[in-house]
Amino acid sequence: MMSAKEALAVVHQLRGDEDIVITTMTPARDWMTMPQHPRDLVMVPSAMSHATSMGLGLALAQPDRRVIVCNGDGSMVMNLGSLVSIAEARTSNLTVLVFDNGTYEVTGSQRVPGAGTANFVQFADGAGFAATFQFSDIDTWRRGARNALFAPGPTFIWLRVESVAGMPGPKSPGPAGARATAFMAALGAK
Amino acid sequence: MFSGQQIAELLESLGVTHVVTVPDSTIGQWQEAIERRRATQLVRVCREGEAWQVAAGLYMGGKRPLVMIQCTGLFESGDAIRNAVHDWKLPLFAIIGYRSYLNQDTLPGDTCLVFTEPTLDAWKIDYRLITSADQLPTIAEHFTASRDRCAAGAILIAEGKA
Ligand SMILES: Cc1ncc(C[n+]2csc(CCOP(=O)(O)OP(=O)(O)O)c2C)c(N)n1
Repeated sequence: MMSAKEALAVVHQLRGDEDIVITTMTPARDWMTMPQHPRDLVMVPSAMSHATSMGLGLALAQPDRRVIVCNGDGSMVMNLGSLVSIAEARTSNLTVLVFDNGTYEVTGSQRVPGAGTANFVQFADGAGFAATFQFSDIDTWRRGARNALFAPGPTFIWLRVESVAGMPGPKSPGPAGARATAFMAALGAK
Repeated sequence: MFSGQQIAELLESLGVTHVVTVPDSTIGQWQEAIERRRATQLVRVCREGEAWQVAAGLYMGGKRPLVMIQCTGLFESGDAIRNAVHDWKLPLFAIIGYRSYLNQDTLPGDTCLVFTEPTLDAWKIDYRLITSADQLPTIAEHFTASRDRCAAGAILIAEGKA
């Protein structure tokens, strides 16, 4: 197990200037404590579980950019079918990370169904992802992250992270409509 | 009511780049013609909530997507619509099959007839109902008007069988 925030910091450090990073749930909360980038989409407010679907749309629309989705485990099990949709679309520029803390941390750390037994890499393999990885300690993740994040995709990375009880959920950094407009401008989209 | 070719031509003329879809027995018949025409890319998803959020990503990435689902899928899409259309203010457009509207033989008492239009009203999506083949131009008119107003919109296609 590793600290979720340390694991996320590795993504923050390695993301390229042209890459798109979508964060939701605790990854969104922790991401907002780090320097922000115009091509970040902090998905707060969200429709829970749909960061992967949003990422699929962006990856299809912007095939020359890597799209990195930082998802929660509860969100992932709520929309497992999106793994199949992603594999079907064969988006080689899409990377999905699941920060698996075994809990719905932002709602008070209730247990997620399948915590400790569900195997996310098997889900992604079974869906037809091109590359899958799993990491449970920070040193191995730091060493392997670049190779995993930018492997020809669709790429899936399962990170086993610690759940921290009593932490607040992510707060929206501002009106979403205005952020969508700014994000689109940063992508050169009309 | 409409052939796949009519719809494929229409989508091309409207500049629709992607159709994000889960089929039913009416709108599903159009897939082949859309793919054959190649102007519009078909994106197959597993459930309809996904479709709105994939469309949201496509829209923010600079494309002009369209969601194509059955009204049953509209019912399952609620939170995804709320977030994409009302939180993120993305003017997404959908073509929605209106199950049993023309004929309830297959599903007598189909409750889709009770809930479809109130659901669109609840989500504040301005829609037009298409019940006959001569209304094809209405689809283009409503699509264009919604785009010009930067508003979400939908077309309900009356269907005869489940
Ligand atoms: C459709 C829906 N169901 C339930 C919720 C309530 N909810 C908000 S955040 C959350 C937990 C998210 O868990 P996870 O994806 O594992 O992320 P974590 O909080 O552990 O980072 C839940 C259940 C919601 N927002 N939407």
